[in-house]
Amino acid sequence: MNGAFDIRGESHIEVHKFRVGAIIIATLMALVIQTWTPVHFSKAALLDLPLLVTIYFGLSRRNPSTGLLLGMAIGLAQDSLSGPTVPLGLYGIAKTIIGYLASSLGARLDTEHPAARCALTFAFFVAHQGLIVVTRRILLAQPEPWFNMHLIVAALVNALVAVFLFLLLDRLRKN
Amino acid sequence: MVAIPSRHKSLVLLAGVIVLQVLLLAVQIKRDSEGRLIRVWTVGAVSPFERAGSNGFGWIRNTWRHYFALQNTTRENEQIRRENDALKLQIAQLQGKAAEADRLAVLLNFRQSHGEVPMIAARVIGAGAGTASLTIQLDRGERDGIRKNMGVITPDGVVGKVVEAYPNASQVLLLTDKESGVGAMLADSRIQSPIGGQGEPLLVMKYVPNDDTVNLGERVITSGMDRIFPRDLPVGTVAEIKPGNPFKQIRVKPAANLERLEEVLVLPSLRPLAVKSEQNPATAQPSGPGAANPSSAAKQR
Repeated sequence: MNGAFDIRGESHIEVHKFRVGAIIIATLMALVIQTWTPVHFSKAALLDLPLLVTIYFGLSRRNPSTGLLLGMAIGLAQDSLSGPTVPLGLYGIAKTIIGYLASSLGARLDTEHPAARCALTFAFFVAHQGLIVVTRRILLAQPEPWFNMHLIVAALVNALVAVFLFLLLDRLRKN
Repeated sequence: MVAIPSRHKSLVLLAGVIVLQVLLLAVQIKRDSEGRLIRVWTVGAVSPFERAGSNGFGWIRNTWRHYFALQNTTRENEQIRRENDALKLQIAQLQGKAAEADRLAVLLNFRQSHGEVPMIAARVIGAGAGTASLTIQLDRGERDGIRKNMGVITPDGVVGKVVEAYPNASQVLLLTDKESGVGAMLADSRIQSPIGGQGEPLLVMKYVPNDDTVNLGERVITSGMDRIFPRDLPVGTVAEIKPGNPFKQIRVKPAANLERLEEVLVLPSLRPLAVKSEQNPATAQPSGPGAANPSSAAKQR
């Protein structure tokens, strides 16, 4: 599997299984770290660990249904932890779609290569932010800038972090 | 995790989950000015269809009305045209009645302001048949108390005198007729002279010596010397002055509009009238000793 975007038939894609409770624990850890680290490291707010977890399990499970449901659960949990200013469903909608897209793409592309993971994470992060902006502007009528340099930097940071995070999460696989 | 193998099912599931979360968003958000966001969204989602439906229905209705339902249009158009003509006629009649009411109001006001002086209001029902004499015919006659040689006036001024009184009608010789004449005087200088018509719109004041000063625009009033009109009734204003031999040639514009008479007042007696004039209030004040107090002047007579 040298080609990062080596297109294959679905029959050649391996569906990874995870240890019992691994997904739940990883999700909870991501949420806890996400809420804890910015308190001590303001720059850590650039990270979106729940999104990275959503992308990872979506790409690994390669099942759109489970991917979108996991994305929805993570997103709603993130909404719940984000305070009253963030309505339930803002991250939920974005992560549902990202979970669906990640699992759909994971069923077609080789996503095991670090470069592929980095590129896909960058793209998914930008798409995730785009979905949030769309939700805020259209559904909530809240002014929100579309894209800026902060978004690009955050996408790059998350993509780089995702490479190492995904390697750690690979250890949770059964095989 | 619930495994849904079908890719199609996963799309449906995605759509359902998204819709649920959107609804969840809508339930939470409440705008101060617009209420619950879900209501705003619902209205926003439904109103385009309502608008489209309304526009479509309006288009169909207009199409039907403008293109298919024109069978009765011609008939209705003719009917509306007839109604329009009738309304125009009615408007003209109402305008005429309104104008008549205004004139009668002026007459009534004039009569009420001279309540002590008997007057007979009459309507002009005709004019002279020929050009040889300038006369009008009134709808009142002997049965109403009108007699020959009674003076006829309007609130504006002298009109003429009754030359014939019939049982139910009477004939009035206008002041502009050649045979007509009335005792008059200049309001400022109190120069007396008979004034008469020449068959023209302007009257002629006779027998004013060249030495006397007469000004253009000076008011001419009745002198009461003809025993027909009480004194101080407006006759007209001096419109033209020419030296003559031995008398001035003074032409006077009648105060009353003799060409458009519709209602007049007949004076059965010679009791004086204190006629108010708006043309020249300063000159309207009688300057002569006899005219200072008309009632006293009448008593003197």
